[in-house]
Amino acid sequence: MTDNIIVDTATRIFADLCEPQTVNAAEEGQWPQALWDALEESGLTLTWVPDNLGGAGAEMMDGFAVLRAAGRAAAPVPLAETLMAGWLLAQAGLNAPAGPMTFAPVHEDGNLTLGADGKLRGRARHIPFARRAGHIAVLATRDRAPVVALVAAEGLGIREGASLAGEPQDTVTFDGAAAIASGPAPAGLDPAAVSRLGAAVRCQQMAGALEHILDQSVQWSLDRVQFGRPIAKFQAVQHNLAALAGEVAAAGAAADAAAEAISEHGILGETVPAEVAVGKVRVGEAAGDGAAIAHQVHGAMGFTYEHSLHQSTRRLWAWREEFGNEALWAERLGHMVAERGADALWPFLTQGS
Amino acid sequence: MAYNFHFDSVDLPPEAKELRQEVRAFLRQEIEAGSFSPHSGKGGLNKAFARKVGARGWIGMTWPKEYGGQERSHLERYVVIEEMLAHRAPTRSFSTADRQSGPMILRYGQEEVKRDILPRIASGELCFCIGLSEPNSGSDVFAASTRATKTEGGWLVNGRKIWTSNAHNSDYMIALLRTSPPTKENRRHGLTQFLIDCKSPGITIRPIINLTGQHDFNEIFFDDVFVPDLHMIGEVDNAWKQASDELAYERSGPDRWLETFSSLTELVRVAGPEPSDKLAEGIGREVAHLATLRRMSVSVAGMLHAGKTPAVEAAVVKDLGTNWEQALPNKVRLMAPVRGDSDPDSNDDRFEEALRHTTLIAPKVTIQGGTREVLRGIIARGLGLR
Repeated sequence: MTDNIIVDTATRIFADLCEPQTVNAAEEGQWPQALWDALEESGLTLTWVPDNLGGAGAEMMDGFAVLRAAGRAAAPVPLAETLMAGWLLAQAGLNAPAGPMTFAPVHEDGNLTLGADGKLRGRARHIPFARRAGHIAVLATRDRAPVVALVAAEGLGIREGASLAGEPQDTVTFDGAAAIASGPAPAGLDPAAVSRLGAAVRCQQMAGALEHILDQSVQWSLDRVQFGRPIAKFQAVQHNLAALAGEVAAAGAAADAAAEAISEHGILGETVPAEVAVGKVRVGEAAGDGAAIAHQVHGAMGFTYEHSLHQSTRRLWAWREEFGNEALWAERLGHMVAERGADALWPFLTQGS
Repeated sequence: MAYNFHFDSVDLPPEAKELRQEVRAFLRQEIEAGSFSPHSGKGGLNKAFARKVGARGWIGMTWPKEYGGQERSHLERYVVIEEMLAHRAPTRSFSTADRQSGPMILRYGQEEVKRDILPRIASGELCFCIGLSEPNSGSDVFAASTRATKTEGGWLVNGRKIWTSNAHNSDYMIALLRTSPPTKENRRHGLTQFLIDCKSPGITIRPIINLTGQHDFNEIFFDDVFVPDLHMIGEVDNAWKQASDELAYERSGPDRWLETFSSLTELVRVAGPEPSDKLAEGIGREVAHLATLRRMSVSVAGMLHAGKTPAVEAAVVKDLGTNWEQALPNKVRLMAPVRGDSDPDSNDDRFEEALRHTTLIAPKVTIQGGTREVLRGIIARGLGLR
């Protein structure tokens, strides 16, 4: 229990309706209707939509905290994508429709356009959950100016693909699709800005998944008996789990730093690129190192499809790659630091505090 | 959930941010005046600097005014400490007293001692060392066997302490001494803390030179050293209760992730404003680690400020921080652009000095103040594994 009613609601829904079998069934193509309905009925799917646009009007941080809980549960629904789509629509003052949504593009070199005829053109790859979405929020350009458009998913060309975690990751072709609504986006809102939010969102989901695999690994080590005692009693195992706890703690802190920067300054805020870079690098590293320890502790059992560990670890491996991996963000961060120079490194680290 | 570690975000208060600028200005001035160099690893004893810092009110700054303190917050102190470390200021003569010995005396010392000693620490006059390790008790501090035996008006101390940093420069030591045998129920029972005047008759200090060639460690022999009753700190036989409180303070501070920071700063300097993408990536990775560690460390400071005792969180910060700072010089070494004779203007002295210094000190950071193995044991206990 936390002191946040929104997060508590989400956590309760995941506990009731997001069992490991639900997650596996979703991978086999079975849409978890009950889970989605519960999230929608409680207003969680429109957390990032202001109340004057039909949403819940919650704080940005509340949404990030809900996504941490979703990551913990490996929730196989486009909650993050619907939140981001609602956020994107709100940037242009557009109402958010009900039902699952996703957004496009996810890549920074996305090049979708909206013509004078009100029709969208272009192709966007790696769109999460496109085949499950009722609507897609699109960031396009109209005469080179950024514009947000809402389009129905039905009738779009969708070529199905899957992420490393077995979640839908489709290629969407928009040619000729008519926008239901559209509006100019604030200056500076480009695919790179959307990608920054995507990176911060994946950081929260990864931080949640890491918390879960720590719990799961600790519990497993207490239950599993070898050489006449629970493996938790072996110092080598204890030290591995302590190292995992460190990665989990670091990931949580780094993910929150990125989320807070966006919540406080907006996606175009000056300090946001650096905070997001720190987050995606550090959380991405924790995802890799943490998953490796969790698997080591679980032994052969954790390598089976039957055991639920893979539901979290495969998502970690997928998410660390999305919206820029550690190498990409580290390179950017390194250039930011180098440009400022050696004597500015410490002030850079302590800025804002 | 099996655990519940929290690292909530802490926004430093405006007075701390102002103080940071004040400290920076002071340090800049000191550097310009030649009082110390931020590019030298030889952090020798600098009493004059200590007195200046004391005059600013930055030693013992959280203590009550009646004992020479300033009654400022732990977050303000945090800012002072991290600025000193980031600029490699010579804090050696006062850092131990400021961080550990002073707070211990303030909390458990007798009134007369508090009034005598604390103001002199705060002014930068007194230097302290800590007598914990012995030849047969290192990480296992509660196995200490150096004895204090009751005598008329005080105690007689006999035995030996080792690895005592800075003892040869210190005015006082706080030592953990055996006053009774351990009990069957509690192997930590029977130890008492004492304040010992390092100039007392019967004390012999023998230097131990470390691998950097410096004299920091010492071995200390006690031969019937008299310690007055007044100098007993806390309860007799129950020092173990006092020791654990201290650790959260000791284990999460900026000194647990800034010791090799100069190697990264100097790498950024030799990298120049337009490094290759590969070098930028390498720098970016380390900055991401550092920024995260700092956030966690500030978070622990915030918890301490709020009156909590985040012992496990502090152990997590020290474990992550020291492992990272230990690995850093080697990564820096491999990232650094090769600079030979072709650039007649190249001057890599600072870089080379920083790399040499940090490479040599790297092995100690996961040993001092609680080894990696001890810390992981504490974290494992926090996870409910033992």
